[in-house]
Amino acid sequence: MANERYKALWDLTHGQRARYAASLGALFAGIGLSLLVPLATRRAIDDVVLGEAPRWWLGAAAAVIVALSILSAMCMYAKGRWVAEASHGIARRVRMRLYDHLQHLPCPYFDSAESGDLVQRCTSDVETLRVFLSMQVVQIGRAVLMLAILVPLLAALDLRMTAASLVVIPFIIVYSTWFFGRVKRLYRCADESEGAMTSVLQENLTGIRVARAFGRERFEIARFAAKAAAFRDDSFAVSRLMARYWGVSDALCMTQVGAVLLTGGAWVIDGSLSVGTYFAFVSYINMLVWPIRQLGRILTDLGKAVVAMGRIEEILEVARESSDGRPLPAAKQPGRIVVRNLSFAHGDGTQTLSELSFAVEPGETLAIVGPSGSGKSTLMHLLVRLYDYREGTVLLDGRELRSIARSSVRRRVCAALQDPFLFSRTIGANVRFGREGASEGEMIEAAETACIHDSIQGFEEGYQTMVGERGVTLSGGQRQRVALSRALLADPDVLILDDALSAVDAKTEERIRTALTERRGRRTTQIIAHRLSTLAHADRILVLSHGRVCQLGTHDQLVADPGPYSRLWGLQTTLEDELARSPTPGRSNGR
Amino acid sequence: MRRQDDSGASVDWLTWKRVFGFTRAHRRYLVVLGLAGVATAICDTIFPLITRSLIDAIEERGAALDLAPYVAAYAALTALLALQVWLFIYCAERLAKHVSHDIRRAGFDRLQELSFSYFDRRPVGWLMARMTSDCDRLSNIVAWGSFDMVWGSSSLVAITAVMFALDWRLALVVLSVVPVLVVVSGRFQRLLLVSARQVRKSNSIVTAGYNESLMGVRTTKAFGREKENLAHFGGQVERLYTASVGNALQSAVYLPLVLTLGSIGTALALMAGGVQALAGTVSLGTVLAFITYSRHFFEPVQEVAAALAELQMAQASAERVLGLIATEPEIGDSAELRARPRVGPGDSELAADGLPRRFRTVEFRGVGFGYDSKGEVITDLDLSLSAGETVALVGATGAGKSTIAGLLCRFYEPTRGALLFDGTDYRERSLEWLQSITAVVFQTPHLFRGSVRENIRYGRLDASDAEVEEAARLVAAHEMILSLDRGYESDVGECGGRLSSGQRQLVSLARAVIRDPQILVLDEATSSIDAETEERIQRGLESALQGRLSLIIAHRLTTVRSADRILVIDGGRIVEQGSHGELMALKMRYHELYAGQSMRETLTRWEATVS
Repeated sequence: MANERYKALWDLTHGQRARYAASLGALFAGIGLSLLVPLATRRAIDDVVLGEAPRWWLGAAAAVIVALSILSAMCMYAKGRWVAEASHGIARRVRMRLYDHLQHLPCPYFDSAESGDLVQRCTSDVETLRVFLSMQVVQIGRAVLMLAILVPLLAALDLRMTAASLVVIPFIIVYSTWFFGRVKRLYRCADESEGAMTSVLQENLTGIRVARAFGRERFEIARFAAKAAAFRDDSFAVSRLMARYWGVSDALCMTQVGAVLLTGGAWVIDGSLSVGTYFAFVSYINMLVWPIRQLGRILTDLGKAVVAMGRIEEILEVARESSDGRPLPAAKQPGRIVVRNLSFAHGDGTQTLSELSFAVEPGETLAIVGPSGSGKSTLMHLLVRLYDYREGTVLLDGRELRSIARSSVRRRVCAALQDPFLFSRTIGANVRFGREGASEGEMIEAAETACIHDSIQGFEEGYQTMVGERGVTLSGGQRQRVALSRALLADPDVLILDDALSAVDAKTEERIRTALTERRGRRTTQIIAHRLSTLAHADRILVLSHGRVCQLGTHDQLVADPGPYSRLWGLQTTLEDELARSPTPGRSNGR
Repeated sequence: MRRQDDSGASVDWLTWKRVFGFTRAHRRYLVVLGLAGVATAICDTIFPLITRSLIDAIEERGAALDLAPYVAAYAALTALLALQVWLFIYCAERLAKHVSHDIRRAGFDRLQELSFSYFDRRPVGWLMARMTSDCDRLSNIVAWGSFDMVWGSSSLVAITAVMFALDWRLALVVLSVVPVLVVVSGRFQRLLLVSARQVRKSNSIVTAGYNESLMGVRTTKAFGREKENLAHFGGQVERLYTASVGNALQSAVYLPLVLTLGSIGTALALMAGGVQALAGTVSLGTVLAFITYSRHFFEPVQEVAAALAELQMAQASAERVLGLIATEPEIGDSAELRARPRVGPGDSELAADGLPRRFRTVEFRGVGFGYDSKGEVITDLDLSLSAGETVALVGATGAGKSTIAGLLCRFYEPTRGALLFDGTDYRERSLEWLQSITAVVFQTPHLFRGSVRENIRYGRLDASDAEVEEAARLVAAHEMILSLDRGYESDVGECGGRLSSGQRQLVSLARAVIRDPQILVLDEATSSIDAETEERIQRGLESALQGRLSLIIAHRLTTVRSADRILVIDGGRIVEQGSHGELMALKMRYHELYAGQSMRETLTRWEATVS
C-alpha cells in the first residue's frame, strides 16, 4: 500500500521531471561554484601571503570570488525558479484533476460524503504535497549531492582530514531520525487539543445568544479556559521537545566542526597539513554538516506527503459517473414521458419508489401531490438522471432514459428545485447558467417569465449584481425565481418544478403560471410537485403515497372519486366556508 | 475595522506597546529571551575569533603550540551555544504560547459580555479568525520577532565591534557593503509579505471554489455545466499559480542577491586584507576572520528586516484583536448600579440590586428601536404586560416580532422611549437580575456539545437529575429522550448536530422550563416539531406557562389561539390586538394570516392521512 503511494507520488512528477532535473543540475552547478570560493581564497593565501606569487593575484582572486558568487547566484535563482514552477505546476494539475473528478462523481457519492472533509483534502492535503515537492525534493537532492561531491573532493585534498570530517555525521543522522519519529505523537496531541479548542470556540460563538440569554458567561469561560489552557500546554510540549532537539543537534554539528578544527590544527602543527588545505576543510565542513541536520525534518515531511497523497488518491479512485449512452434525436412532438413499473431504493436500502407507472403527453401539465417522503423528489432526480434506476422503465420520447447520454437528457429535461443553489457570481451569470451562449434578450425574457426581472432591475447593478456574501442576499422567493429563470433559459422540452415556488407569494405564483403557459407559443411538458398549489390548474393530478400511485386523473375526475384527493378538496372547501363565517363559535378563546 | 487589509504603511508603536503589554505576566521569559538573543549573537561572533587565534597561534608558534586550551574553549563554547539554543527556543515558545493564550482568553472573556448587536454585525467566521490565527500571529511577533530583532541587532553590533577592534581600516572596507544589504533586505521583505498575502487571497478563492462546486454539484449536473465550471475554476487556479510562482521568484532572487553582496564583502576583505598581510600590518588570522565575518552579515540583516516587515504587515491584525478586547459592552450595569452594595443571596425577595426580585407589570413606553442609523424597525410601541399573562405575537417575517422579544429580555435596549418594570426603567436595574428571571427558546435551537442532561441543566446549573427529568416530562420530551441510544446521557454532538431539529427544540424547551422563569419567551419554538408531538407539548405548556409572563411568537394556530392576548405586528407597530375571537371578527390582518396558515395546516393534516 505504502509502496503504491510512493509510486503515486513519483508519478505526479510526470511532465515536470525535466524541470526537476534541470533544477538539480543548477543546484549542482551552484554548489560546485560556491565550493570553488574557499579554493580561490586558499590559493590566494597560500601563494601570495605565504608564498612567492605576485601581488596582483590577490585582486584576481577577489575578482574570481565575486564572479563565482554571481554565477552561483544565477544558478540558485534558476533552481528556485524551476522548482517553484515544477511544484506549483504539479499542484495546479492536482487541483484541476480533483475539481474535474469531483464534478463527475455520481450523485449517490455526495449523499454520504462530507463536503468539509473533501474540501480539506483538496486544499490542505494538496498544500502538504506541494510543500514537500518544492522544499524537500530539493533538500534530499542537496544532501545527497553534498555528500557525493564533497566527500571525493575532500578525499582528494586529504584523506585523514576527510575521515575527521565525517566522524560525527552518522550520529546526527541517527539522532534526528529517532527524534522526529518521537515528536510525531506530540504533534498529533497538540493538533487534537487545537481542534477541541476551536470547536468549543466555534460552538460558543454560534450559540452566543443562548449563553447571553441564560447569563452563562462564567460557565462558558470556564469551559473555554480548560480547552485553551490544554492547547497552550500541549503545543508547548512540542516546543519543549523541539528546543531540546535543536540544542542537541547544534551541539552535535559543532562537535563535528570542532573535530575538524582541532584535529586539523594538530596536524598543521606537526607539519603534515598545509594551512590552506586546513582552512578549506574548515569552510567545507560547515557546508556539509548543516544540511544533514535537516534530514529528520525531510523524513517527517516525506511521511506527511505520503499520507496526503493517499487521501487525495482515495478521491481519485472513486469511479466517475458513466458517460455512456447515445444522444437523443429530435422528435416531432418532444416531451413525452412514459414511466412503467419504476422502482428505486437509495444506497441505504430505503425503498422510495415502488412499481410506479404513469405517462405524460407532450405539452401536458402533470401535478404530483403527496406527503413529504412519498418519493416526489426522488422521481424528479431520476428524470434528469442524477440517479439511475435499475428496475422498471422510463421512456423519454420513446427511448429508454438509461440509454440516452446524460448530457442529452439534461438538455431536454430541466429542473428547478425548492431550495435552489445559486453560485456566488453575478445574477446574470446565474441565469445564464441555464444556457451558455444565450443572448441578453433571451436572458431577460426568461427572467420576465419567472417574474424576477423587475426585482433584478431594482438592484443597483442590475444583472451584474453579485449573489451571496460579496453581494446581495436574496430572499427565498427571489432565489427560487432566479432558479426558475435559469431552468427556463435552458429551454427544455420537459420542465420540472420540485416545490420550486414554495416561497413565492400566491399572486406572483399566479402570474408565473400564466406566463409559463403562454411562453413563446410553445407548450412545454411540465411536471410539478407542490405541497400547496391550486392544483385545479394542472391537466392531470397524481397523488403519490409511499412511492406508489395512489390516484391519477383530472381534477374533476378525482373530486368525484372518493379518495385522498376528494378528501383534501373537502377539507379545503370546509375551511374556506368556516373562515368566511368567522368568528367561529365555540372556538374563540374561552379564558 | 479601521483597515480592511494588511497593507499598513507604517508601524503604529502605540498599538504594539499594547500588544507587548500582554507579556507583563511573563516578563521573566521576555528578559531571559532578550539576554539569550544577545548571548547567542556574542557567541556567534566569538566563534570565528577562536578559529582566528588558533590559526594565528599555529602560524606563530608551530610545533610548540599546546592545543589543550583551545579544545577546552571550543568545548565550552559548544556547550554554551547549545544551551543558548535550547534556552531561546524554550523561552520564545513559552512566551508565544502563553501570550497567545492570554490574548485569546481576554478576547473570549470580552466576547461573553458583548451584546447581541455586536454579534449581529459580525459573522462567526470573522470572529473565529480573530480568536485563532490573529492571536497566534501576534504572539509569534511578540516572542520570535523580539528575539530576531535582539539577536540580529546585537549580532550586527558585535560583528562591527570585533571588526573595529581587529582592524578599523579593514572594518570600514568590509562594512561598506552593509548599507546596500539593509536597503535591499528591507525592500524585499516587504515585497515578499505583500505577495504572500496575494497568495493567501487566491488560495481562499480556490477553497471557496471547491466548496461551491460541492454544494452545487447537483445543479451543475442538472445543467450539464461541468466543462464551463472547470474553465471558471481553472482561471482561479491559474491566478493562484501565478501569485505563488511570483512569490517564489521573489525569494529566488532575494537570497542569491544578498549572498552575492556578501561575497563582494568577502572579496574586499581578501584583497585589502591580503595587501595588509603582505605589508605585515595585520595577521593572516585577522584576514581569515574578516573573510568569515563578511559572510555572516546578511543573516542578521535579513532577520531584522523580516521582523520589521512583519510588524508592519500585522498592524491590521493587532488593531482588530485589540479593538475586540477594548470594545465596551453596549448593554451592562450602569456605574451607579455597580457602586451600590450588593444584597446577599440570603434574601429571596430581593434581587442583588436591592429591588424586588418579582415584578407585577412591564410597560413599553413610546419605545423605538433601530439596529443601525438606517431607520427604526420598532416605532412608537406602547404596550403593557402583566405577570402571568400569555401574549402571542403574529405577523409576517421581518415585521419586528423577535425584536420586541429581544427588547423585553434586554438583548437590545430601546433607542427611544423606555421599558419599565413596575415603573422602574430596566436600565436602572442589574442585567443579572433580568437574566435570572427570563428564559428564551430561540427559533434555531442551539445546543452545546455534551449530554442531553447537561444541555437541559444549562438552564439551571444546580438542578438535580430528578428536576431535569421533570422539566423534560413537562414539555413532552421525556419519551423522546429515553428513545435515544443512551437516554439522558446521549451525546448531542457538536451544536446538537446528532439530534433532529425537532428534538433540539424539545431539549431547548426543557432547558428554558427548568429555569422556572418569570418571563418565558418562545420564538417559533415549536416550528420543527411535528403536529402530534406539538399537541402533547401544548398540554404540558399550558401548565408551564401558568404564572409566568409568556411571550409567544408562533405560526402554529393552536398555540396562538389559546393566548390571553394576540398582537398583530406589521412594520414595527401593533396593528391589531385582542383575543382570537375578537380579531377574527375584525376580518383584517389576523383573519388573513389565520386563513393562510389554516390552509397550510390542513394540507399537513391531510398528508398525515395519506401516508
